[in-house]
Amino acid sequence: MKKETWKELTIGTINLDAGNSVKNLTGTWRSGKKPQFIEENCIQCFFCWLYCPHSAIRVEGEEVKGINYDYCTGCGICSVECPPKEKAITMIKEEMKLAGGSTE
Amino acid sequence: MSTLKTLNGNQSIAEAVRQIDPDVMAAYPITPSTAIVETIAKFKADGLIAGEFVCPESEHSAMSVCIGASSAGGRVMTATASQGLALMWEMLYIAAGLRLPIVAAIANRSLSAPINIHGDHSDTIGARDSGWIQIYSENCQEAYDNFIQAFRIGEDLKVRTPVLVGLDGFIISHSMEVIQVEDDDEVKKFIGEYKNVFPVLDTSRKMTVGPIDFTDYYFEHKRNQIEGIENAPPVIEAVGKEFGLKFGREYGFFEEYRMDDAELCIVVMSSAAGTCKDAVDELRSEGKRIGLLKPRIFRPFAHQKIAEALKKMKAIAVLDRSSSPGAFGAPLFTEVRSALYDYAERPKIVNYVYGLGGRDIKVEHFKEVGLKLEKIAETGKVEEIYGYINLRE
Repeated sequence: MKKETWKELTIGTINLDAGNSVKNLTGTWRSGKKPQFIEENCIQCFFCWLYCPHSAIRVEGEEVKGINYDYCTGCGICSVECPPKEKAITMIKEEMKLAGGSTE
Repeated sequence: MSTLKTLNGNQSIAEAVRQIDPDVMAAYPITPSTAIVETIAKFKADGLIAGEFVCPESEHSAMSVCIGASSAGGRVMTATASQGLALMWEMLYIAAGLRLPIVAAIANRSLSAPINIHGDHSDTIGARDSGWIQIYSENCQEAYDNFIQAFRIGEDLKVRTPVLVGLDGFIISHSMEVIQVEDDDEVKKFIGEYKNVFPVLDTSRKMTVGPIDFTDYYFEHKRNQIEGIENAPPVIEAVGKEFGLKFGREYGFFEEYRMDDAELCIVVMSSAAGTCKDAVDELRSEGKRIGLLKPRIFRPFAHQKIAEALKKMKAIAVLDRSSSPGAFGAPLFTEVRSALYDYAERPKIVNYVYGLGGRDIKVEHFKEVGLKLEKIAETGKVEEIYGYINLRE
């Protein structure tokens, strides 16, 4: 995403592109681990959806269908909260990558 | 037709507020600015103003109300002093960062401790780096005139920066003076209609105001903010000239008094400049070639113009009504001294702190300064680069 120079910015910190944080892919912050969704173990309790701090649980129709890796930061809360003995979300290793998010 | 009215400084500000009738006025009373708020409240109760008058629970909230109202799209003012301005501190920076042209009248008063209600510039000079334009007034007439011009300057589309107008606590705020009050209609015409820039209440546009900036945008937004106050000088000049054409009293960045052939100069702001003029007259009658330069605008500081006016002097004394503990001289001094640095031949320059907590400064004190300057000019030697006036040593 090209960043504006100080001359290009709207005065007074005003952002006329409200809602543009959707462009900030927080999934790039993930390092080391990512959640894996195992559909056959899912009891559709929606705990993961409720607890996810980044709204990264993918819901289609009225069912949990997986993880939106664009915004998943890999915090692991979904996996901890997942109630079935055979968890529907487990954390698995992910190859390390350089963060390229909102900071220079 | 203007009319002559006998008003004190606070009433002069309130009179300008009545004529301008801002959309929102939010203020919390504090000595010595209380009478501004009190008089506005009375105007509101008497149906003389249409704008909303809000009484919040503190100065912090008063400035917060101003920020909200200004963001919403209104013309906004407040008044305070001393601890009240100090309590507004974090909101002052936010008002400037959001480029909201709020106008504040400040009845300059010292800061605690020790607690003291009298006049000095510690409050507004302390707010020096908050990003507000700062205008200082010598008397009630100037307080009235400056307050009216402040709206035009701050609201200019290239400036869009909050403005504070200082009037010395008690010395001006509570002293009666006969001032020229211009016609309501003429003042309204001079100020003009308020022009909105991205008002939050415009629901046709979706936008975010004051979002969080990290290392990627904060610097650019700050630079963008600085541009506003740096655009102010030509506007301050044009508004001051237009005010002069319309009402007969012209204003610039500073006033020069008997500076034509001066070799010695005293630089002092606000009410003390009035006393200094008498001292200059007396010293002139004794044959001393001395003048006065009274800065009116402290932010943005007109460094080039002031340096140009002072560069031919042999000796200069800058008098500060505030101190900057541990600094190399008080704030006005460091500005003036720095402004002169680029000249190969620089005048000798000294600094005196005076009048903290309302301590008197009299004609005789200015005359003593004048004699010290004469000695410095003669010998080319500066014995003390900064000192204090009328302090028990």
